Amino acid sequence: MPQTTSWTSKHLLDLESLTAEQIAFVLDTADTFAEVSTRSVKKVPALRGKVVVNAFFEDSTRTRTSFALAASRLSADVIDFSEKGSSVSKGETLIDTARNIEAMGIDAIIIRHQAAGSAALLARTVKCSVINAGDGAHEHPTQGLLDLYTIRKRFGRVEGLKVAIVGDIANSRVARSDLWGLTRLGAEVILVGPPTLLPRAFERLATGPGRVRVVHDFDAVCGEVDVINMLRVQNERMKSAQFPTVREFTRWFGLTWDRFQRCKPDVFVMHPGPMNRGVEIHNEIADGPNSGILKQVEYGLAVRMAVLYLTMQAE
Amino acid sequence: MGNTLETPMTRLVESMADQIISGLGGPTDLVLVGIRTRGDVLANRIEPLLRERGVTKLDRGTLDITLYRDDLSEIGPLPLVKPTVMDCDIGGRPLVIVDDVIFTGRSVRAALDALTDFGRPRVVRLAVLVDRGGRELPIHPDFVALRLPDLPPTQRVSVRLTETDNADQILVESR
Repeated sequence: MPQTTSWTSKHLLDLESLTAEQIAFVLDTADTFAEVSTRSVKKVPALRGKVVVNAFFEDSTRTRTSFALAASRLSADVIDFSEKGSSVSKGETLIDTARNIEAMGIDAIIIRHQAAGSAALLARTVKCSVINAGDGAHEHPTQGLLDLYTIRKRFGRVEGLKVAIVGDIANSRVARSDLWGLTRLGAEVILVGPPTLLPRAFERLATGPGRVRVVHDFDAVCGEVDVINMLRVQNERMKSAQFPTVREFTRWFGLTWDRFQRCKPDVFVMHPGPMNRGVEIHNEIADGPNSGILKQVEYGLAVRMAVLYLTMQAE
Repeated sequence: MGNTLETPMTRLVESMADQIISGLGGPTDLVLVGIRTRGDVLANRIEPLLRERGVTKLDRGTLDITLYRDDLSEIGPLPLVKPTVMDCDIGGRPLVIVDDVIFTGRSVRAALDALTDFGRPRVVRLAVLVDRGGRELPIHPDFVALRLPDLPPTQRVSVRLTETDNADQILVESR
């Protein structure tokens, strides 16, 4: 049994630059870490003595908690770093932060920041591992990985599946990470949203072997897809001119009960959270048997353990 | 380059089983735990032999010790970590760890650490196919099928098994 693939990168900045083999390697490793969480002692000493910094410049419950828990299950120490109230401009803040963190002798920085490219900037500045927990509208690679993992758990594969990603695609880092990961593993991605929030140019992002289609009519495709990933309607963007009214959005792009009846009976429904119940997703669908939403959260822990372990052990 | 030791593997595995039985005084209850990868394959072969020799309540476990190693940063590109499987209760029972080769003793130390996360066996014993000497820790096997003279660290002992490597072989080669 020769080991053909392995992991060598100390950072996880995006899914765009990963090969299908590298993505599969992370998902396979996550399978192992899922077992750790079923033990009575839910902890392994793999990262004992290492320190991880959770540097979140934007709000988060799920991702931040999930990363902290993942680090603690690997026996690493977790420190919360916040820059609330800082008046320094973005670029300077990041570099300053990076220097402070380096001086403290830290082994990994998990960063969420409103500026696209901030994780990559940090990776160029510091010597420790950098894990992107969401940078602007660019990428959210661990969300992409946990979505892939959840789909693979449900169907036993990703290749050949039709996956709809619905909502505000243009402003979504989750959509981008999902898009790269899904197409690389051979799924067909159907992006669904109003033209103002979904430029045609997204069709050119496919890198194969999977394909990407851009569709502005949810009803035209809802019956053919295996997976529907509903993106969050971001309240802060609802007032912008790109956005229809909330009621209009729900009517055309929400997963309503009526629309759900026209989907495949075993369609798998996902949502990265936090949900706006009754806006992009109907209450009973979110809690029903087709929903994988809580599984996403559960599997996210195993995926983040795998990511921390692989990046922090890499040379 | 290397040296193949021509001892029938079947006889060595039988020797491990026999030593386990006599060493534990003819047990009827036992947990047999293999260290991935080849220790686990050996445990699979030993299991039916132990049943033939009167172990009626026999449970199997599999340990992947990668996460417990103290030399993780020195082993180069990360191998894929595979799941540990310990579905049985190990508390209060005799337990035998099986590995293919014992060298520094660090793998066994890691295995002992991993086991403590699953419970407290009554007694833990260690069975290996090959002891090549060179211990760096105060850890010694209880049951040894093949004892080689202390080999220098420049020599590598590799066990190949049909299930994983398409042949039963013990190889001694220079690194």
